[in-house]
Amino acid sequence: MKKKEKRNLKQYMGRLWHDMKVHRTSYLFIAPYCILFFIFTVLPVLMSIALSFTSFNILEPPKFVGFSNYFRLFFTDSIFTEKAIGNTFVIALIVGPVGYILCLMLAWMLNELPHILRTILTVVFYAPTIAGNVYMIFQYLFNNDSQGYINAMLIRYGIIQKPILWFQDEKYMLGLIIAIALWTSIGTTFLSFIAGLQGIPKQYYEAGAIDGVKNRWQELYYITLPSMKPQLMFGAVMSITGGFGVGSIVTALCGLPSTNYAAHTVMNHLEDYGNVRFEMGYASAIATLLFIIMVASNKIIQRLLSKVGE
Amino acid sequence: MKKLKFSLSRTERGVKRSYAVDFVMYGLLLVLGIIMVIPFVFAISNALKPLSEFFYFPPRIRVENPTLENFKDLFRLMSDSWVPFSRYIFNTVFITVVGTAGHIILSSMCAYALAKHNFPGKNWIFGLIVTSLMFRGEVTTIPSFMVFSKLHLINSYSSYILPALSSTLGLYLMKQFMEQMVPNEILESARMDGAGEFYVFWKMAMPMVKPAWLTLMMLSVQNLWNLGSTTYIRSEELKTLNYALQQILTGGIARSGTAAAAMVLMMIVPIIIFIFSQSNIVETMSTSGMKD
Repeated sequence: MKKKEKRNLKQYMGRLWHDMKVHRTSYLFIAPYCILFFIFTVLPVLMSIALSFTSFNILEPPKFVGFSNYFRLFFTDSIFTEKAIGNTFVIALIVGPVGYILCLMLAWMLNELPHILRTILTVVFYAPTIAGNVYMIFQYLFNNDSQGYINAMLIRYGIIQKPILWFQDEKYMLGLIIAIALWTSIGTTFLSFIAGLQGIPKQYYEAGAIDGVKNRWQELYYITLPSMKPQLMFGAVMSITGGFGVGSIVTALCGLPSTNYAAHTVMNHLEDYGNVRFEMGYASAIATLLFIIMVASNKIIQRLLSKVGE
Repeated sequence: MKKLKFSLSRTERGVKRSYAVDFVMYGLLLVLGIIMVIPFVFAISNALKPLSEFFYFPPRIRVENPTLENFKDLFRLMSDSWVPFSRYIFNTVFITVVGTAGHIILSSMCAYALAKHNFPGKNWIFGLIVTSLMFRGEVTTIPSFMVFSKLHLINSYSSYILPALSSTLGLYLMKQFMEQMVPNEILESARMDGAGEFYVFWKMAMPMVKPAWLTLMMLSVQNLWNLGSTTYIRSEELKTLNYALQQILTGGIARSGTAAAAMVLMMIVPIIIFIFSQSNIVETMSTSGMKD
């Protein structure tokens, strides 16, 4: 019995090796890209997981400490459990879905416009994404002193008496960050939706009208959305990843750490421990956790979206 | 070649549309459009403002005496920086051009094999790539730094370029586009005529996916052009344009005109590229869909 299994495995390996030799050109094609992909993407993820079980400060070699980084993260790090996790989920749960729906709505409305207008508006909506860190402009719009546009306007119309410290005041920080993140969220998702909508054959709509689709909302639900399901899936991945990744905007506008950690996200926590305190083992635990959250929420949403229109 | 028709005029469509809803929708679009544009208008207006107008209270968006003084200031300020300003420009242009060209070639090759060949391990590799779309690169900064220093890439152009070559979004879009837009029959008949696989890829497949490589170009330029300061670079001579311009932003109100000018200069390049490649990008995105 055992012998047979062994022979089967041997046969299998032999066949695999043969297959691989036959396809050696394919491997040549993928090699340059894949080598870089493994070095710069896969390897760091694996290292991050490994390092999360160690205590490591770059100077001394990493020391294995088991799950203690994770225990510390969940049970003793109150900034993480009380601020970072909460803020990250609040931002992600608003920026992800609202950004996604905004992209869908915009794409859907644009789809009915004449070509020229559609092109112009596509550029307008996508511009914040391509223009890099234009979000720094908000620093001027929401400047702290009365020279800031928003403060000046509010003072002029008597709504406030003295300037608001927008990016330092705990009351406003999180809201502003969410608004700015939304402003930059009309990205790849939006383009993918526009393309998805344009690719739906018009016969579908004609057939739908004959089958008794009454208005454009029914049309949207019964024809449009199911026909662009693959794009909806792809867009969801991009939006979720974007929502959980908000961090650099916070650092740029509110500083690291933000006042009383009011806008502190897991991304910022990672930055704090990795780039400021050099507690690499601990930072890796944060990174691994964030990685798991991102991938898991993507998988869940994919599962849900696959039911659209069924 | 399968070509999508991008002309749906509203009269051809199925159900009737009520004008009231139309009105609300266009109104909404207009409002959202204005919200999106305001920060840009603001940046441009600041860039054209003479210094005296910055001290008006309340501050205005409309510029009374538009001037190019801020742009001149920017260059004056930069010409007496520690490292010549042209060096920052060179760095950014060099990184962007090399990184983008390399990214397009490497990921097209890989995408071609993934889309058109059938070899053991193919689905597994593509699965890894799709998974990597699900998280941000920033998550792995720490181990990446260790990888870079082990490979002696710290403080070199390669530390900007090499990771950008293997950006996964580009590969994903290219693979999807090739799979759906390049017919197997054409490749097969070329192979029958005795063409080598690389010839088939370069002369047959590549010309058919022009929209996709324009898309990859746009995504890659967008990423590389905006690279700022990184922990991988120490010497000033290797820093980027964006880094140099970021330094001006910290200069307070007297510098806000110059800073706005810098911002306008930075964003104009990717926006122009997007405007010109826009329709090709939308065509590429039509195949971006993900199967469950």
